[in-house]
Amino acid sequence: MYEIDPSRTDLVDEFRNNPGGPYSEELTLVVNRLRLMPMQDKHVLVCTKRGREWILAKIPPERGAKVELFKDQVFKNYSDGVWEVFKRRWKTVTGQDVR
Amino acid sequence: MKKILGYCDDWSAVAGGTVSFKISTYGPDRFEATLVRVICGDVDPAHGIFQEEEIDAPLNGEHKGHLQPIDAGSYAVVPQSSSMDELGSFTVQAWVFPTTPAKGEQGIITNWQNDRGAGFALMIDGSGAIALRVGDKTGKVSDVSTGVPLAERRWYLVSGSYDSGTGEITVRQTPVEATLEKLLAGEATGTGAYSSASAPLMFAAFPDILSDSRPSSARHFNGKIDRPRLSAGVLPAHDIAAIAADEGPSARHDGIIGAWDFSQVIGTHDICDTGPHGLHGRTVNLPSRGCKGYNWTGNEQNFRHAPHEYGAIHFHDDDLYDAGWETTFSYDIPKDFKSGAYAVRLRADDDESYVTFFVRPPKGKTTAKLAFLASTVTYMAYSNYHWLFHERFAEVTEAFWTTLQKTDVFLQEHNEFGLSTYDNHSDHSGVRFASRLRPILNMAPGTPCWSFNADTHILGWLENQNIDYDVLTDEDLHNEGVAALEPYTAVLTGTHPEYYTTPMLEGLHQYIEGKGRLIYLGGNGFIWRCAMSDNFPGAIELRRAEDGIRYRNEEPGEYYLELTGEYGGLWRRLGLPPQALVGVGTIACGFDRSGYYRRTEQSFDPRVAFIFNGIGEDEIIGDFGFLGDGASGSEIDATDLLMGTPAQALIVARSEGHSANTLICPDEIGFHYPAMDGVQSPLVRAEMTFFESPGGGAVFSVGSIAWAASLPHNGYDNNVSHLTENVMRRFLEVTPFKIPATPG
Repeated sequence: MYEIDPSRTDLVDEFRNNPGGPYSEELTLVVNRLRLMPMQDKHVLVCTKRGREWILAKIPPERGAKVELFKDQVFKNYSDGVWEVFKRRWKTVTGQDVR
Repeated sequence: MKKILGYCDDWSAVAGGTVSFKISTYGPDRFEATLVRVICGDVDPAHGIFQEEEIDAPLNGEHKGHLQPIDAGSYAVVPQSSSMDELGSFTVQAWVFPTTPAKGEQGIITNWQNDRGAGFALMIDGSGAIALRVGDKTGKVSDVSTGVPLAERRWYLVSGSYDSGTGEITVRQTPVEATLEKLLAGEATGTGAYSSASAPLMFAAFPDILSDSRPSSARHFNGKIDRPRLSAGVLPAHDIAAIAADEGPSARHDGIIGAWDFSQVIGTHDICDTGPHGLHGRTVNLPSRGCKGYNWTGNEQNFRHAPHEYGAIHFHDDDLYDAGWETTFSYDIPKDFKSGAYAVRLRADDDESYVTFFVRPPKGKTTAKLAFLASTVTYMAYSNYHWLFHERFAEVTEAFWTTLQKTDVFLQEHNEFGLSTYDNHSDHSGVRFASRLRPILNMAPGTPCWSFNADTHILGWLENQNIDYDVLTDEDLHNEGVAALEPYTAVLTGTHPEYYTTPMLEGLHQYIEGKGRLIYLGGNGFIWRCAMSDNFPGAIELRRAEDGIRYRNEEPGEYYLELTGEYGGLWRRLGLPPQALVGVGTIACGFDRSGYYRRTEQSFDPRVAFIFNGIGEDEIIGDFGFLGDGASGSEIDATDLLMGTPAQALIVARSEGHSANTLICPDEIGFHYPAMDGVQSPLVRAEMTFFESPGGGAVFSVGSIAWAASLPHNGYDNNVSHLTENVMRRFLEVTPFKIPATPG
């Protein structure tokens, strides 16, 4: 499986500047790795107001369990929410904060 | 997050008929209801095209609300009988194939009364082992367990016996011998005291009571049960084994009280007792039937050819057929009510939901020359999907970052609302049934634009272009065949008419063969065979046999639909590929970015001049749109003469500009290879197609789900809209089309 090199801050910058894509070939490998991570502990967004507001959340460990909402992570801009998801998943997969 | 939900008793209502609405609130004790005509349900503020019309109706206004619970999980029940009430010593047994034995207590065969702790239960206990529980109604409950956890997905003969003279209990679990594994058997004895429960007998659950006092079920068994038996007396192991293998044991064994044969009357609610007392019963919540039994050899793949090898029912703790809610209010639809898509809009606190339904003209009448065929069977197939929570590859397939709606969060937190045919059950077996007799959280205005709400782009366009239409549903086509369509000069599909029963397909085929005009304004249509039955109104069955784009696999040996006995899977494998019906069939899927169309040489044929009226020779068509910024995308279709595209069909436009994430479908290729994507492969394209039919009718296909999302661009003033209107106007004009001769 593709392993992310945490020192590749250039790819992080590329994502931050264009979170919606399209992505370069190398960034696509990083993005796919973050998208293919196990469902449990995956950070996602919940749309609370259509087209206007999103909140950070986490996929729960089992069916029927409550979806954890991060009430201090509310976004009025979708791209900001995606950037937060990227950072959190980067941390989960690499063990390191985005530099 | 969700405070109010509801459903109605039928999606296809008739002007002059009545629809009943069942509503539940989660917190609020009051709610507001308003009847609306659905015109365009796309609420994205950036699109600015949402449209609904409030309709005067007696149901409008404030109502009292309360929570209505749901009894989810499948099981079977045999009514209380004196033969069971009078049990003294007994032996209860079955073949079982547990799929989640470690998931806590699960009832296999129970005759139990919770309040008094009376009766018996052959069950999986908290350690995952087989146990027999008895209770004597004084509060003394005894469990005797083998203590040996069952292995997942392996067949066992399990039994429990009780001696009324000594109180001795014997419990056994014996695995079917496996060639490559060493599975553990278990046996144990103990004592207890039994008194009759005076209650129904249940398979695959314990009894329970809902918060509204309706009888229900709990501690469901996940897995298969085959040949359950109940006998008087304490039977030795060899008798238990003999009875287990005997299809009709009461002919050869004394003392049989019940001997249920689940291989009979598959496709119905009923379960048959071959024993002397006729203790027949019914299933609840549509468990899967016609499932491979303990003795399946693989020599036959069709349950009708070897019923004795298909005697198992697969029960699931998350099956749901009918939520069974009380009616909150009904609506008597006026006889002159305009045919269309409607909903009751519900508001409670800060939450809003819709209960969507459709209204046809009164029987025998039409009020327009055009019929919009609402893809209600497809809406059911996708109803309440959970793939955003379960599918690890969903994000790379769709090239997005998961964004849940409040409805998704609610469904995750409330297992009792059931699943879609795209999901797996909690035990990882595929979901085969979907029902509309429950709240459907993703078939409404305001939901993501997929399936129903994507179709409202078409309804909004029709409204904007002042084109009159009646609405029919897939269920109408299924029930009435071509007779439902014949009164209409033209029939218009939605964006994604993917799931078709045999009667639906035959009806549409006959319509096209005749003088009917079909406008297929979508993609990935006419793909999967599914089934419906009068035994289970409001439900569809799907078996994802063999291949096809799918989020779950089908169980080998169980490819035949239980409701009709037909072989399941793709229509392209079953003798009526979509190419032979509408000229095109699915070739590729890609959800990140859509392409556009370019005219072909055949677009200059005089037969299709009407399509391109006002469209330039080199004009790019549809390089805009709300779905991937192009009119050709999501799931796209192309012609294939080998698959039956009519020889006279003209390919009038072809798409380009597809992304590297748009890939050829697995059913189109024999072997995967690099360069299967929209950048590198010449196969990845949508083909806009036209052909005339022998009866003077015609078919126009755009071959793209994304097409309709381009209709509203620039205030509906764009070449996708103009081209569609050109086709529509000609198709509604009754002059017959003349089919050219096919060269010999």
